Amino acid sequence: MKRAFMEGNEAIARGALHAGCQFFAGYPITPATSILTYMLGALPPINGVCLQGEDEISSLGYCLGASMAGMKVMTATSGPGISLCSEQISFAIGCEIPVVIVNVQRLGPSTGSPTKGADGDIQFMRWGNSGGLPSIVLAPTGVSDAYLLTVHAFNLAERYRCPVFIAFNKELALLKESVDLDALFLPPVENRCYANPDIPHLPFKAEKDLPPPFLPVGGETIVRQTSSTHGPDGFITIDPEVISKANDRLKNKLEKYVDRFSIYQLHEHAEADTLIICYGVTARAAKDVVTTLDKDARHVSLLILKTLWPVPEAVIQNAARKVARVLVVEMNLGQYVFEIKRVLKDKPVEFIGKMDGMLISPAQIIAGVGS
Amino acid sequence: MNDFLNRQRPAFFCPGCAHAKVATALDKALQQLHLQPSEVVIVSDIGCAGLFDTLFATHAVHGLHGRSITYATGIKLANPSLTVIVVMGDGGVGIGSAHLLSACKKNVDLSLMVLNNFNYGMTGGQFSPTTPVDASANSGFLNQLEKPLDIGDLAVTAGAGFVVRKSAYHGDLATILAEGIRYNGFSVIDIWGVCTGRYTKRNQLTPKEIDAKLATFSSLQGKIDKNQREPYGVQYRRASRALPPFPSPLIVKPKYSPVVKERQEIMILGKAGQKIVTAGEILAVAGMFSGVYVTHSCDYPVTVLRGHSISEVTISPKPIEFTGSTKPKWILAVGQEGVDRKRDTLSTLEKDVVILKAKDVYDVPCIGRIYEYDFDHLKIKQSDRALALIASLAEMNLVITSDMLVSALKTCLSKKRFNASFSLVKRTRRR
Repeated sequence: MKRAFMEGNEAIARGALHAGCQFFAGYPITPATSILTYMLGALPPINGVCLQGEDEISSLGYCLGASMAGMKVMTATSGPGISLCSEQISFAIGCEIPVVIVNVQRLGPSTGSPTKGADGDIQFMRWGNSGGLPSIVLAPTGVSDAYLLTVHAFNLAERYRCPVFIAFNKELALLKESVDLDALFLPPVENRCYANPDIPHLPFKAEKDLPPPFLPVGGETIVRQTSSTHGPDGFITIDPEVISKANDRLKNKLEKYVDRFSIYQLHEHAEADTLIICYGVTARAAKDVVTTLDKDARHVSLLILKTLWPVPEAVIQNAARKVARVLVVEMNLGQYVFEIKRVLKDKPVEFIGKMDGMLISPAQIIAGVGS
Repeated sequence: MNDFLNRQRPAFFCPGCAHAKVATALDKALQQLHLQPSEVVIVSDIGCAGLFDTLFATHAVHGLHGRSITYATGIKLANPSLTVIVVMGDGGVGIGSAHLLSACKKNVDLSLMVLNNFNYGMTGGQFSPTTPVDASANSGFLNQLEKPLDIGDLAVTAGAGFVVRKSAYHGDLATILAEGIRYNGFSVIDIWGVCTGRYTKRNQLTPKEIDAKLATFSSLQGKIDKNQREPYGVQYRRASRALPPFPSPLIVKPKYSPVVKERQEIMILGKAGQKIVTAGEILAVAGMFSGVYVTHSCDYPVTVLRGHSISEVTISPKPIEFTGSTKPKWILAVGQEGVDRKRDTLSTLEKDVVILKAKDVYDVPCIGRIYEYDFDHLKIKQSDRALALIASLAEMNLVITSDMLVSALKTCLSKKRFNASFSLVKRTRRR
């Protein structure tokens, strides 16, 4: 069967192009740089724009400007860059600006180890914004998955008018593998819902718990976008009722609908007493664990989460309903495990994780499963 | 001509604030330019200058402190037909200085108006990048220690094509603003004014004194001859049109029967400059020519021509999940640096491991069958040694075959490099 030989970062770029990305801006940073390289090769020949920003703040700022003008946009960075992006992330959340942000995680803290993998920003991507309102975070497990989830990321950014993160990892970004692109079940490409320009436009007037219909800055109808606390008209407001309604909507428009975009894989075994929960590159080791233990008739179930935020609580509760214990495995010292403990209050939840720049091996997970 | 002011939102500045004068002048300038409100975008950020976006019935964006230039650049490049005006204070110039420099260097077709009133008015009159040394600011003695920034000079040095230093009280301000907006490229207008709410509570500054002070600065009246060039967007679109399309992904159609029966891990250990990554990719693609699954991961430090370089290739008839090495069966060692990096893994390997190594790799800490190659004697240079060992591996017909390798070389390399590599592969067949 013919297959492509593709790098993880290349799959992100190609997925973005498939989804209709027209604008990319990024600042060189290991291990995200090759996404910038691919986009620079891809966008200019199709009348798209690819910029190398003077830093990560401007890269995201350029993207937000282009998105407000109606383009599909993406940036890519790693830990030190995502840290700088924080204020612009809040802007994108508050102003409901669609953007895909690829975070190729590398070992932290701080500048850490540029060429070592980690999943150290899992809580940062959710909470690293002022105000604490949600975004969407998707975590691929491999190269073809990265292609697929990038298409989903664009669709979700457009549909819900919010930042969507791709929680990538150096170990997948620079991994090359044989992939069968024809076997991918790609969702139809979605575009922003436009407002009817013939009726007076209030840029943030929306149905309850839904994003507002979009009109571009620079179109025939005058549009206002503001990072300040605003009412439906896009002007500053101090009315507590209006403010509360707006912020509730920003939260509910994602959290209420997470069941519609909960992407996951569940390998369930009827005799399993343990459920392993993981995401990203670690899911690959866990899959090998399931195969190995099955051979010894020591069955475990496995839940691979690809939608990490908002937390797909129903998926987690359903997967855990029959098991006696849950084992969460992460390439950090314990981040998503807190969500699992919150969702599965009555279940013993154990944790395996490390921060040494090395993959968690199947043997390490098997040791955690026990006999 | 109708004005551009937002009737619902009259200016809300302190009595006597220079910003009100500038707002009136900008309205007049837009009228002079005969633009439609829908053709204009005003981008502002934080501070009293950040109230500007609400004053006009045009498109408006209000964002984070100092970042307005970044949004404006994105908007302009996405929709080149728009007239995009950025309004910042002297504080915004400081916190967003990287963006100011970048916009000057790029020559994006934007107009930047700096509402320079020598302090942070909104937060209480703290010193800004332009506060004079002898002024009294609400930052204790700190402003006395710093040289004030000359925004105009900075913009000229950074490459802006149109730079003006101007008083908010000059009668021709509207005309100058219109000229800056009309200018085809990045224009910077540094507008000096009085902050009655804060600055003149502690300092003496009148329009007359602003004139006197301006007279002591170099004259900046518009076009900067040495910085004239086409705007960024125009250059960008022209350069883009000349580019070839983005290549399709590398697709491999199997041509041979697989020789691997189970998962095989091959570790290529060397140092920077030995083309370890290229060799690993060629090996992986060679495997793909037999229709099996492959993964390829690398490990190297951030240094470029120094340090270890390691390629780990897994070739398997079944889909590959865990991508790390568990039990490599094949060690191809061409540089001691890579071997030293993997000492822990190597020391756990058992007798069935096969080691193909260059003679100058003196210490491979594992048991197993060793084949040694005297590359100096064979006159094979450092950058070809990893590929030479892959040729030897192919000869064994246990992981890939020579046919698969030749197909991979053809796929991965240019014709010239293929010819060179092909002769190398023939030359290094296992002896």
